[in-house]
Amino acid sequence: MRVPAEWWTWTVDDFLDAYRRGTLHPREVVRAFVDQTEALDLKVRAFLHWDPEAVQDAVRRLSRPSDGWPLLYGIPVAIKDNICTAGYPTTCASRILAGFIAPYDATAIARLKAAGYVYFGKTNMDEFAMGSSTENSGYFPTRNPWDLTRVPGGSSGGSAAAVAAGMVPAALGSDTGGSVRQPAALCGVVGMKPTYGRVSRYGLVAFASSLDVIGVMTRRVWDNAVILHVIAGLDEMDQTTADVPVFSLDAVRRWESHRRWRLGLPREAFAEGLDEDTRTAIQTLVEELARNGCEVVDISLPHLPYAIATYYVICTSEASSNLARYDGVRYGHRAAARTFREMYARTRAEGFGPEVKRRIMLGTFALSAGYYDAYYLTAARARTLIARDFARAFESVDLILTPTSPSTAWRLGEKLDDPLKMYLSDIYTVPASLAGLPAISVPIGKDRQGLPIGLQVIGPPFQEERIYQLAMWIEALRPFYREVPTGVAA
Amino acid sequence: MKVTREMVAHVAQLAALELTEEEYVLYTEQLNRILEYIDQLQTLDLQDVPPFRNWVPRSQAYRDDVPAPGLDREQALRNAPLHDEQYFKVPKVIGGEP
Repeated sequence: MRVPAEWWTWTVDDFLDAYRRGTLHPREVVRAFVDQTEALDLKVRAFLHWDPEAVQDAVRRLSRPSDGWPLLYGIPVAIKDNICTAGYPTTCASRILAGFIAPYDATAIARLKAAGYVYFGKTNMDEFAMGSSTENSGYFPTRNPWDLTRVPGGSSGGSAAAVAAGMVPAALGSDTGGSVRQPAALCGVVGMKPTYGRVSRYGLVAFASSLDVIGVMTRRVWDNAVILHVIAGLDEMDQTTADVPVFSLDAVRRWESHRRWRLGLPREAFAEGLDEDTRTAIQTLVEELARNGCEVVDISLPHLPYAIATYYVICTSEASSNLARYDGVRYGHRAAARTFREMYARTRAEGFGPEVKRRIMLGTFALSAGYYDAYYLTAARARTLIARDFARAFESVDLILTPTSPSTAWRLGEKLDDPLKMYLSDIYTVPASLAGLPAISVPIGKDRQGLPIGLQVIGPPFQEERIYQLAMWIEALRPFYREVPTGVAA
Repeated sequence: MKVTREMVAHVAQLAALELTEEEYVLYTEQLNRILEYIDQLQTLDLQDVPPFRNWVPRSQAYRDDVPAPGLDREQALRNAPLHDEQYFKVPKVIGGEP
């Protein structure tokens, strides 16, 4: 049995209701998602480590506490391959980690387990989350369910494609410069990157530690809020988690009592280089929100044009340091060599793909003696200016709206030979990452080619609740979750 | 600034990456293009701007030092490419070739 049509629009609450009433059992639900995946993933290739037996095992091991129904009881969730899942492969889509089995669970996974989730496999990604199209996977590219000749975005492209194709209702991703939001936009799903420090990074394989955040990808805004609510919060295993109360799901549920938002539109985000259809879709929606109580404010983020340059110095510097651990000693691939030094260099040459090597080279250069001040320190200072732009803007607005991506999904191979062109596709997502701010991408329509368009909503630190409240409203106005992707329609 | 092949070789050595001849040519060209783009940061006036720091509010910067089980030896060795019952095994470090 494939996933029935009505399930495409169900929230996790609808599944739980059916379990409670006894009209459905988690076994049947998971079975249908497994069948859906088996039928579609030969074409889409969203999953990197897919084992239906492991999924069935996970359902069999489910046990419900006698006193209640945990928030995610019997809900399958796919996991990006850079998040540690005890006993299951975790390779970051890199050859250097081929065969690695995580010895422990990330905190986010431990919390999903406590909430009754069902492990549903590991999704494909750009190697070590470095990329914007999932073409940098060390194994194979993933395809966009809306058009199989196009990329799903990246780096959490497998998670986005799996959710978009209805193979699973939800997935975890990770976002360093847009890796949850941008693929969500390109695949027409909801993707949330919470505030830096909102979700523990314990067990998330490090790429750029001052930017990395675990995020959530779903068809429905409500599901997104429920899952983030489950995984968020202080964790003694991660010193950078924040001691700030997690938002209230009740407040998200009551979104209709909040309609008088002051919405900032940064003029720099609507300058040249933006697809016309994306611009029009956002304009139309913003006018509708304005007619219904919102105040639209023209704002400026003057340093936004410097965000990409800043980001690619910071993230590559941190990556060059974080990826030093892949040396062939304790885990992963090891090259044959006579000396210790040769073993390091050859293992890394064989194990890393071209984009990872490029970023390690750039980051090592930016941190090297004689260039540290001119590159790393300059970028760290520019990052302060970008964060200050947002702080100033949030003095006069509640939320900031921008496109998520300057264009809809592009064709496989289109930007692969030009790294700078690929980097520039992150222009709208990178600024919130640099400032550590929460931001969501919500699908709001399709362009003239029938490809999904995403709107980004950015909030002040730890205001995930406010972002979800507006996102619930946008979803009510633009119920994109009802759409079935053209590339996988029956 | 212009990145030369010698600089790329130096960086590759710092990064412990063995590069092929083609990679030298490719990365020298690409690093130059990317750095040319990044050089726009030099036009900013950053004299009085401090480097960015994530501001994460928390109260538990210190915790009690309570012993808890960690990875046992068998688990820690399980993913290693070469090991015996106790140790990771690597090519000779001391007394071998540099």
